[in-house]
Amino acid sequence: MSGARVRQNIAFGLMGLVTMLVVLPIILTLWYVVANGIGAISLDFILQPPRNGMREGGIFPAIVGTFILIVGTMILSLPIGVLSAIYLVEYAKDNLFTRLIKLAVVNLSGIPSIVYGLFGLTVFVVLLRLGTSILAGCMTLAIMSLPVIITATKEALESVPASYREISLSLGATKWQTVRHCVLPYAIPGILTGTVLSLSRAAGETAPILFTVAAFYLPRLPRSLFDQVMALPYHLYVISTQVPNMPLSLSFATAFVLISLVFLMNLVSIILRAHYRRKRQW
Amino acid sequence: MRRAITERIIETCIRLSGLVVILFVVLVFLFLLKDAVLLFGHYPLGQFLLGTKWLPISEPPSFGIIPLLIGSLYVTAGAIVLCVPVGVISAMFIAEVAPGPLKGILKSLVEILASIPSVVLGFIGLVWLGPFLKDLLGLRTGQCGLTGSLLLAFMALPTIISISEDALASVPKAFKEAAYGLGATRWQTLWRICLPAASSGIIAAVMLGIGRVIGETMVVMMVTGNSPVIPRSITQALRTLTATIASEMGEAVSGSEHYYALFAVGLVLFISTFLINLVADAFLRRARQ
Repeated sequence: MSGARVRQNIAFGLMGLVTMLVVLPIILTLWYVVANGIGAISLDFILQPPRNGMREGGIFPAIVGTFILIVGTMILSLPIGVLSAIYLVEYAKDNLFTRLIKLAVVNLSGIPSIVYGLFGLTVFVVLLRLGTSILAGCMTLAIMSLPVIITATKEALESVPASYREISLSLGATKWQTVRHCVLPYAIPGILTGTVLSLSRAAGETAPILFTVAAFYLPRLPRSLFDQVMALPYHLYVISTQVPNMPLSLSFATAFVLISLVFLMNLVSIILRAHYRRKRQW
Repeated sequence: MRRAITERIIETCIRLSGLVVILFVVLVFLFLLKDAVLLFGHYPLGQFLLGTKWLPISEPPSFGIIPLLIGSLYVTAGAIVLCVPVGVISAMFIAEVAPGPLKGILKSLVEILASIPSVVLGFIGLVWLGPFLKDLLGLRTGQCGLTGSLLLAFMALPTIISISEDALASVPKAFKEAAYGLGATRWQTLWRICLPAASSGIIAAVMLGIGRVIGETMVVMMVTGNSPVIPRSITQALRTLTATIASEMGEAVSGSEHYYALFAVGLVLFISTFLINLVADAFLRRARQ
């Protein structure tokens, strides 16, 4: 073997080893949470409210709370996200306004989640007088989810061939008719994939909900949109740092449920993507 | 006629949505600024930016941001030193070395890492990594900057790997073929041709990774010891900008100096991540050309 060959084998081997430094911790992390958490999972843990200062019982209100936040966030962010992506792909000319939107999307995605929390606190909770409520929390999470939804929708729209639009326009359809009937239907799977992904991220976030919606301990279900709710990520934070003599098994089980929920959503998005690739007509 | 009106309404909605997105960025900035400025009515800006003591509830209070800034700097620098080499090398491995099926598995694993909620990693840092490092290195406490740096490095990996990998994958085929044609090995081509050609994208990846690390809240709040004093080493307890907001806002009385000081900290965070993203975006755009 020549010297260059030997050097290549050594280099590739070392790169493989470094990659293991990434792979092993990921597998270990998942295994650690699953192995320690699965034992305490039971139907009661999923379906009962916490008792005895959260040291016993289940996490039902936190699961419901997270679910409500996910749905509310989707209802608020999906229309604005999809419409602005439609604007960027279908309507925008290369002018200052368009460049500003693109810049805004980039910067929204870079704002730290705790800063969204501050914004939600000062605008939704205090200024709009929503109080610490589901509404305030969903609005905060919705703004945070926008950039991911916009980027995913943009990619989905851009992947629809230009010929679809040209044919529709040449048959006398208006711009909106073209978008509505000849572009959007083909982009919907891509949009859904991106939306589910952004929502799975919102479901795992703690910092934006700290001061806008999350309840420390509220063992009942919310009665209106102006109620606080418990949420899984915040609950995990609370029981692992604020509750003395907390049985570790319950913390692990909560982490396990949170990770499972997020993975389930990711799985849905992966399945959607695969389904969409198979059905693609171009 | 009705159709024309509907069309008009819908187009207006679409245009408005675009405007709303711009508006959100401006609003976030303005509202942080508004509340931060209220602090500077009572408390001089110079003492905020240069003060070395963060004592929000002593009498008189002191809101010097330097300890928090240095806390953030220590944790971020530690994380970046750890994750940039590992991330870029893994990206090179995934893009150019790993065979098809392995490549797919590695990419999905990285995606899985990206989706693990930060509070779960914070929890693991609390119950396992912190105590482990304490025993391993004989530290006074496992809740210190180093634990935070390690976890943040782990969290920034997906950003760095996926963007670097994109950059490497988009190096034109002709570059590689020319190198192979001249007798270069795959390693020589990767190291001398692909890596320099992808450098803009890789720099962008690193910048975005830094932005991610600076902005992360829950992990650092849970594992770095929550002590707002200037740390002398990374193995001491410290506190970052983000953790300060998250841990003190619950107790700060709405409308108090302390409350506004936390918004001022938020403004500092906003401006720094804004600048980092601007630079990253410029590099990304250069990479695309």
